[in-house]
Amino acid sequence: MAQQPLELILLRQLASYLAVPIWVADAEGNLIYYNEPAEGVLGRRFDEAGEISLAEVGGLFEICDQDGNPMPPNELPLAVALFEGRPTHGKVKMRGFGKPWMRVDVTAFPVEGQGGRVLGAAVLFWEIAAS
Amino acid sequence: MNVKLWGTRGSVPSAGHDFVRYGGNTSCVEVQAQEGWVTVLDAGSGVRALGETVGPEITRVDLLLSHLHMDHIQGLGFFAPLFTPDLDVHIWGPASTTLDMRERLARYLSPPLFPVLLRDLPCKLTLHNTPLGNFEVGSLSVEADLICHPGPTLGYRITEGGRTLAYMPDHEPALGFRSFQPEKEWTSGFKLAEGADVLIHDAQYTNDEYEGKIGWGHSALSHTLILAKAAAVGRLVTFHHDPAHTDAQLDQFHADAELECGEIDVPLIPGQEGLTLKV
Repeated sequence: MAQQPLELILLRQLASYLAVPIWVADAEGNLIYYNEPAEGVLGRRFDEAGEISLAEVGGLFEICDQDGNPMPPNELPLAVALFEGRPTHGKVKMRGFGKPWMRVDVTAFPVEGQGGRVLGAAVLFWEIAAS
Repeated sequence: MNVKLWGTRGSVPSAGHDFVRYGGNTSCVEVQAQEGWVTVLDAGSGVRALGETVGPEITRVDLLLSHLHMDHIQGLGFFAPLFTPDLDVHIWGPASTTLDMRERLARYLSPPLFPVLLRDLPCKLTLHNTPLGNFEVGSLSVEADLICHPGPTLGYRITEGGRTLAYMPDHEPALGFRSFQPEKEWTSGFKLAEGADVLIHDAQYTNDEYEGKIGWGHSALSHTLILAKAAAVGRLVTFHHDPAHTDAQLDQFHADAELECGEIDVPLIPGQEGLTLKV
């Protein structure tokens, strides 16, 4: 594994101290870190699972809009932040494998370094209520 | 490639008889390689004396700044090559997210902090925003990367003839770790240090001091040793000594570190002003 850019290293360090569930993705969309509060969303511990590839992430949870309609992959918050390079915020329903549906507020933002280097994205979750 | 330490002190110069062996000048390292070419890492107060050794046989000077905190640029206004008409001088350093090197450096080299303006220097001055990644400085292959320290800060990895020097004078790779166990993928500066023949690295604090200064951007000596071991460096040179640490204290800290970290198989060289070594 190559060393991650400093910005992602610092973001991971910060996330590891916060109580808000956070995912950190690299520029390809691979989930390179998620903190302890986010382990509940994915249903697996980061220390055990490690990095999760973009292809694998989609199989770990279901996500739909507030009305229960499936969301196209390119409209998912992580995809918007990463591939459109802009922050996004919205309310969605999601559930990890074998878990109940949760209504959550999701904020995703791109991580851009000096000189326009696209380094990845972060996704934050706030659970509204279980349903 | 040969290396000479012209300033090893951190934060602010220290004067007096208690600071003679390790030296009181702030960060400055000379890298001697190609003839007729002087390469300098940082322009702390140590760069003044270095500048006096630059004779007419020198046709180009390259100064690589790790960052623009005062202890790394305070010698610039007293660096003779900058005042040598038509001498080719290149200064490299990190841009910020909004300002380039010229704008950032001009904040110091302008009144009221300094009477001479950057644009009035008589040398042939070229300023570079150091690119992240690889570039050439004469016969030296240089790799630059951002490292953990407040504000844009670079570490350098310099290679010539298969031998490598890594330089990270201000660096806190242990920030955020509950117990510092460096992993290659998630440790600031690891890539620059990995397998280097010589690592010159921040070792400003004792373990006790570090506990009160987490986030200040510097390392405890023990962290530096742990990083050096994990990155499998050949030799470790301690650097950026705290301005309050006397020669006697620094001798003791190095001796203690070797006892505490006895299993770390990396030769530890106390960074003292005037030290020269072949990489």
